[in-house]
Amino acid sequence: MPMKVVVCVKQIPDPAGELRLDPASHNLVRDGKLILDESDSYGVEMGLQLAEQAGGGEVTLVSMAPHSETSGLRTALAMGAAGAILVSDRALEGTDALGTAKVLAAAIRRAQPDLVLAATESSDGYTGTVPVQIAELLGLPSVTFSKKVTVNGDKVLVERQTEQGYDEVEVPLPAVVTVTAGVVEPRYPSFKGIMAAKSKPVEELTVADLGLDPASLGAGGSRQQVVSVVPAEARAAGEIVTDDGEGFQQVLAYLERIKVI
Amino acid sequence: MAVGTLLSDELEMFRRTVEHLANKTVAPVAALHDREGSFPYEVVEEMGRLGLFGLPFPAEYGGMGGDFFALCLAIEELARVDQSVAITLEAAVSLGAMPIYRFGTEEQKQRWLPDLLSGRALAAFGLTEPGAGSDAGGTRTTARLQDGQWVIDGSKAFITNSGTSITKLITVTAVTGPGREISAIVVPTPAAGLTVEPGYSKVGWHASDTHPLSFDGVRVPAENLLGEPGRGYANFLRILDEGRIAIAALAVGAAQGCLDESVRYAKEREAFGRPIGANQAIAFKLARMQARAHTARLAYYDAAARMSAGLAFKAQASIAKLVASEAAMDNARDATQIFGGSGFINDTPVARHYRDSKILEIGEGTSEVQLMLIARDLGL
Ligand SMILES: Cc1cc2nc3c(=O)[nH]c(=O)nc-3n(C[C@H](O)[C@H](O)[C@H](O)COP(=O)(O)OP(=O)(O)OC[C@H]3O[C@@H](n4cnc5c(N)ncnc54)[C@H](O)[C@@H]3O)c2cc1C
Repeated sequence: MPMKVVVCVKQIPDPAGELRLDPASHNLVRDGKLILDESDSYGVEMGLQLAEQAGGGEVTLVSMAPHSETSGLRTALAMGAAGAILVSDRALEGTDALGTAKVLAAAIRRAQPDLVLAATESSDGYTGTVPVQIAELLGLPSVTFSKKVTVNGDKVLVERQTEQGYDEVEVPLPAVVTVTAGVVEPRYPSFKGIMAAKSKPVEELTVADLGLDPASLGAGGSRQQVVSVVPAEARAAGEIVTDDGEGFQQVLAYLERIKVI
Repeated sequence: MAVGTLLSDELEMFRRTVEHLANKTVAPVAALHDREGSFPYEVVEEMGRLGLFGLPFPAEYGGMGGDFFALCLAIEELARVDQSVAITLEAAVSLGAMPIYRFGTEEQKQRWLPDLLSGRALAAFGLTEPGAGSDAGGTRTTARLQDGQWVIDGSKAFITNSGTSITKLITVTAVTGPGREISAIVVPTPAAGLTVEPGYSKVGWHASDTHPLSFDGVRVPAENLLGEPGRGYANFLRILDEGRIAIAALAVGAAQGCLDESVRYAKEREAFGRPIGANQAIAFKLARMQARAHTARLAYYDAAARMSAGLAFKAQASIAKLVASEAAMDNARDATQIFGGSGFINDTPVARHYRDSKILEIGEGTSEVQLMLIARDLGL
């Protein structure tokens, strides 16, 4: 049975480039060229694999960006996604996580997917809350931290990563599933795929197109405010264990102390 | 980091993709294959999956529908981290598959290209002989038609990709008639009477496969003639003109790889209480390395653009090959100097570039040959 998969993807400033925070809002400045968040490449790959395994179907990307950027979307289209819905509107600048979820949920509703995939968290914001908010807004079940996803008829089976191991979770479709980085090996877009991506459809929508209230979005509608930002602590020097034959015990004690084991 | 050039969004995405492959799949095993002199089959397979061997060919033969410039971008990115891998691709595409695509009959193309363009099989090209290199017209290998078959006798020297387990074809130039009529003939391998001698012990390019070949009454069907009889040499001159642009791209990758490694090291390595890059003597070396890589890149971009536009590009290709191979050699020398003692240790990437880069001034037309061609273009 052909399957319609929506993958939520975020376009972010290149982490390898110069990154700046806006001094007033403390938000990341996003006015340069954006790329596909690497965390999202796993969702895209997972979506493509699931559509292939279902013997047909397609992957549609859903994304939100303030200035009509599509460069990151093109990467995912080159990998094999069929098309994209991009919500872009000046009114969206400064939107918080919940606002983003409202926008994406409204866009996803138009696509009527069987399954929604997203990354566990974005590499630039790291709130990790948007996918579950989307599920809640759409009234769909959600499973987070998936390390394996299998679709079986009208159900999806998920191995959900936990601190001890993994849980097996089964939920009815449609559902929202977030995948952790590294679960699948994202394919390299081929030259042919890159050229084909140029002409794949990207439907650009505004807040009004989605029938949302602009006042509930953007900086004005944001319920979240970044009060201050402090630099991360410099990494402290490591602890050196001299092995006199019993060194492993010190290592074990250390790992227990920092609660790794 | 390169100063950056203008590429279309699509080509930039493609360049980044190959850059990613180079960093993730090629670089981690480069030192190992260099040390062991082993052919990187697993890397070639991955490159095949990405379609790199089919880049400049149309889809009907299993190609990617790109052009020669896209191939050059891929070669440059690979050469940054491993020249052996880059020359494997360059030789397979521009010397192996391209002659069949350009001069082959429809039937030859249908038969041979799909495997070559997918990277499942490699084709080699044997022009050089022990007694004929720069003067490639001095070929002594002969091929006689006998009972509907070519009978080939002679030897070839330094043939890239000729002895791997996936080598399926070797195209050779041979004297086929009086008046030094030279033709090209495709020899499927293995073949009775063809001996692929053990690989050379080379100064560099250790993971690239290079062998002497001897032909002793090797028989292939008459229809394995590639192109018209007597056009073998002329056809291959055209192939070599193109190949020079690809070698220039490879050399630019090498020059860039040396620079990238050196910039990182100059910022990290401290002497006399500060990073060595804080000394102008080192900073100026790096600036000059950047300028060499950038100008050589522009030279090959221009030659490739002219070629794609159907304009004359012979002199531009020679200039690109000349300056880019010199840039690679000069940058490799400066890079090893910046690395100090570590620069002389084989596993250091710049040490590998130092050994690998010298051949760039020799293969596919020596620097002297490039100067001859550039001078000829000046009417001298
Ligand atoms: C690793 C490697 C891979 C190779 N792969 C291939 C391959 O796949 N296929 C293939 O066919 N060949 C291949 N070659 C051969 C390569 O192309 C030749 O080595 C090269 O063209 C030089 O030829 P030669 O070695 O005979 O040198 P020579 O032609 O003997 O040149 C010796 C020197 O004399 C100079 N010289 C010659 N004539 C003149 C002149 N008229 N004026 C001024 N100076 C001159 C040359 O520039 C050079 O410095 C490869 C070589 C190597 C080392």
